[in-house]
Amino acid sequence: MSNRMESGREGMRFTDEFRDPAKAKSLVSAIRAVLDEIGATAGNPVHVMEICGGHTHAIFRYGIDRMLGPGIEFLHGPGCPVCVLPMSRVDDCLEIAEREEVIFATFGDAMRVPGTRGSLADAKARGADVRMVYSPLDALELARRNPDREVVFFGLGFETTMPSTALTVLQAAREGIGNFSLFCNHILVPPPIRALLQDPDMRIDGFIGPGHVSMVTGIHIYDFIAEEFGRPVTVSGFEPIDLMQSVLMVLEDIRDGTPRIRNQYARVVPEHGNRAALAAIDRVFTPREAFDWRGLGEIDRSGVKIRPEFAPWDAEEKFGVGYAAGKSSGREPEGCMCGEVVKGMMKPTECPMFGTLCTPENPMGALMVSSEGACAAYHLYAGLRPEEVVS
Amino acid sequence: MCLGIPGRVVEITSEDPPAGIVDVSGVRRRVDLSCTVTSEGVAALVGKWVLVHVGFAMSVIDENEAARTLAALEELGEAMEEIEAMHRSAAMLEGTE
Repeated sequence: MSNRMESGREGMRFTDEFRDPAKAKSLVSAIRAVLDEIGATAGNPVHVMEICGGHTHAIFRYGIDRMLGPGIEFLHGPGCPVCVLPMSRVDDCLEIAEREEVIFATFGDAMRVPGTRGSLADAKARGADVRMVYSPLDALELARRNPDREVVFFGLGFETTMPSTALTVLQAAREGIGNFSLFCNHILVPPPIRALLQDPDMRIDGFIGPGHVSMVTGIHIYDFIAEEFGRPVTVSGFEPIDLMQSVLMVLEDIRDGTPRIRNQYARVVPEHGNRAALAAIDRVFTPREAFDWRGLGEIDRSGVKIRPEFAPWDAEEKFGVGYAAGKSSGREPEGCMCGEVVKGMMKPTECPMFGTLCTPENPMGALMVSSEGACAAYHLYAGLRPEEVVS
Repeated sequence: MCLGIPGRVVEITSEDPPAGIVDVSGVRRRVDLSCTVTSEGVAALVGKWVLVHVGFAMSVIDENEAARTLAALEELGEAMEEIEAMHRSAAMLEGTE
């Protein structure tokens, strides 16, 4: 790290506008005032859903939900890609990883997600060659260095990570690296949001939109939320002040009955997204008819697959697994309430397995696996959550 | 995986595809620059701060934003996780040579 960076950080620790306690306090007052104007109470709170798992984690880390009083209820949306991956897809991973010729490369986050025959970590312990990589480029490098092995990269994530795997497939195609393939589990943010808004049991008054997904896609992918469903969205950064500002913006739009898509995170999120990233996504991927989500079931056009043009790099085609094998979705573990929690219809602590049968060390359900999962966030910060943003 | 981490472009290693070495909290690794290159060319990225997602620079940010983002990631415990993942991946690749 450069000295310039060090000194810059020291200098801004207590003066930075995104950490200013006075600013945080004034935002809390403003939010409480708007909640009063809306007439929100503990018995009839406003429901705001944060979509991104990173936001869920930050809201808990800074205790933002507690600061704002009982007039607002945060629903933790389906924005953690590891958490919404169905068991059947984990089973497919194991089927591929256990083949003699395969080196299975994955992000560390996905190692402990349970399938019906255990997790990738379990498969590794049983002798499968599973490697944790930081980047799909490192998986491609593994393929270059091991020409006699099949290297399969476990591609997962929302629009944020799609450009990285798309560009890696393009690079493999360009170099003619035939022993590399992608097991594609990429999913899209808008379809599950539409599904939640169409669910008659759901009540969501407004949304905090994901920052880094929007950095890739731009903010207009959310237009339908305002236009068709009359709900406001504010795309937000990850600082505590960012999140509070975004909550205030969404609440103002709820109060005024002016549903629209706003961008609190314009310093990183361009209105129309990242053109090169979108072009790479479009070149390599095409929507699947449907994709299965843990807890939400099959959702139309909610996932993408590799275009036929790039079939040689599609692990589903290469090994005949998953949708290529015509497999339907699997069942979730008995008693697992992840689905209800993902939909915001149940608090993690209301699940009978929470903290007893299901813990971050030994997760039963996917929401306990990743630090961005709602259950893991509850578990991590239970009882030791700060009352102030800057203590 | 989802949040990314700020780093500074220190040198360009390839024009096509655009790629370079990025310093992420003292860890230097090769990063794809396809999504951040502009009409000024890839060389113009040297010295710039970028937000790196799984080995791909996704956005050019200013120095203050980089420092803020890094501070937030440290508080969330995500900065160490990213840097460890980079180290582990590099070591794993070395082991296969």
